Amino acid sequence: MTAPLLDIRNLRLGVALGRSVHHPLLKDVTFQIMPGEAYGLVGESGSGKSITSLAVMGLLKKPLAVTSGEILFKGQNLLSRPKREMRRLRGNRIAMIFQEPMTALNPLSTVGRQIAEMFVLHQGRSWGEAERLAVEALGNVRVPNPDRRAKNYPHQMSGGLRQRVMIAMALACNPDLLIADEPTTALDVTVQAEVLRLIKELCAARGTAVLFISHDLGVIASICQRVGVMYAGCLVEENETRALFENPRHAYTRGLLGALPRLGSRSAHGRQRLVDIDSIIADRSTLTETRFIAPRGPEGGQP
Amino acid sequence: MLRFTLRRIFQIIPTVVVVALLIFVIFSVVPGTFAASLFADGKRAADPQMIARLNEEFGLNKPLLERFVAYVTDLAQFDLGTSFRTRQPVIDLINDRMGASLQLAIAAMVFALVVGVPLGFLAALRPGSVLDTVTMIGAVSGLSMPQFWLGLLMMYLFALQLNWLPSFGYGDGSFRNLILPAVTLGVTPLALLARTTRAGVLDVLNADFIRTAHSKGMSEAKVVRWHVARNALVLIVTTVGLQFGSLIGQAVVIEKLFAWPGIGSLLVDSVAIRDIPVVQGTILVIVLWFLVINTAVDLIYAAIDPRIKQE
Repeated sequence: MTAPLLDIRNLRLGVALGRSVHHPLLKDVTFQIMPGEAYGLVGESGSGKSITSLAVMGLLKKPLAVTSGEILFKGQNLLSRPKREMRRLRGNRIAMIFQEPMTALNPLSTVGRQIAEMFVLHQGRSWGEAERLAVEALGNVRVPNPDRRAKNYPHQMSGGLRQRVMIAMALACNPDLLIADEPTTALDVTVQAEVLRLIKELCAARGTAVLFISHDLGVIASICQRVGVMYAGCLVEENETRALFENPRHAYTRGLLGALPRLGSRSAHGRQRLVDIDSIIADRSTLTETRFIAPRGPEGGQP
Repeated sequence: MLRFTLRRIFQIIPTVVVVALLIFVIFSVVPGTFAASLFADGKRAADPQMIARLNEEFGLNKPLLERFVAYVTDLAQFDLGTSFRTRQPVIDLINDRMGASLQLAIAAMVFALVVGVPLGFLAALRPGSVLDTVTMIGAVSGLSMPQFWLGLLMMYLFALQLNWLPSFGYGDGSFRNLILPAVTLGVTPLALLARTTRAGVLDVLNADFIRTAHSKGMSEAKVVRWHVARNALVLIVTTVGLQFGSLIGQAVVIEKLFAWPGIGSLLVDSVAIRDIPVVQGTILVIVLWFLVINTAVDLIYAAIDPRIKQE
């Protein structure tokens, strides 16, 4: 058995309110990602997927702070690394793609220059050389006419193209781990499929591990080997993708899967009712430690 | 870019025409005439014959429409008319004063820029710090303080008590004479610039692409240099443009206070005696100045932000 690339152990994270008060957001999140593996995190909004990834990147902003636990990357704890060393890892060994391709790029800078920054920062290249490499990187993500496109500003590109630029930027330095935080959510469905295929193929070809975050189980299923289900700041279930779909163990996972609309499963009236997971939790403090799905959902039973 | 530039410059023309018309209409309905103002000291009784003669000389007894046609015809030939008081062409009077006005406005703006922008920038990078708090308190005080009062205080301190600088006058354009009026005039734009720079930089710092920049492993200094500065510049340029344009108008009070021979004091003096051609000409020049600055700002925008040329 090889050593995991990313090993998150008992990660606890919360909002620091004043000195002593601490509102927990993640509770003992533990999972591993093997080199070259694609791992999916699913869960509803606010379940803690994105802050988990930001913690790995070391990009948590006050008042968010890790309270305990370890994030081991190639055996070294990222949380105890000095800032300067984290900067050298970020973008270079661990890269990230964000959800909003419309706002994640600097509007006043050409996309070529924004990709070139990666080569200047991490490989010490000159700007001229870096911009040539940027054109190459755009070609690698199958942007047509890369040398012309490199001179474009973000507003001159479609959402799909911009997300390709983001991918080119993230993969510029051949990172070991790519974190993709809902990279296709803001795109329309056909573009979504192309971008997914691109991420999948490029990472497979380079042996890049992926931490793929989404609320969309279908997207996760098409790209990931293993899936973790997050709910209310906890990793409630983790399994091989196929096994999770065939045999969901946790009530919340069953709820999520049950909520997927299916073609063909119509009722007698020719209509299909979309299933939801009953109610939204207003206050997390009502959740008990052991059975936090209990107050909601048809399967939870007595609170 | 050339087409964009030309279009912006040509857009000035209709605005100037409309403003010229407005000025004419306003000053043909304000009460009081130049002739009457000559006798306003109350020592002599107004001599109706004298008034009639003066009105005839300046053409003030002609019908409004006729005067309007004459005004527009002259204007089209860049003739702003003749002063009632000095009988000199208005354009010469303004020419004499324009240099001093520009000198004052530019000095005030440079002072505001050099101090205000760096302060706002630093305050935004360390929100809640001592520097931030002090800067913002200073900015609010600067905005709320009446300029003439600040001018008086500075005059008292630096001219009367410390005797470092001359208290008033143009002093043949010497730099020492420029300092007090320029600093006084520059305080308002400085305070505004510090505040807008701070707000603008904070806004940019919260943008998604700054998070992207951090995720690339960039140092704070590089994030600011490569991504924050240019984006914050857009808001700074707007503020500079607006302030610079209105500075000549605002200078009226300061020019009066420091006996500075600019077009602001020319305007005030001329309004008092209803020297209408001078008033009209001066306002027109101030408006033109404003429009030129605005156009310059638009062009600078287009140079900074590639999205603007597209529209």
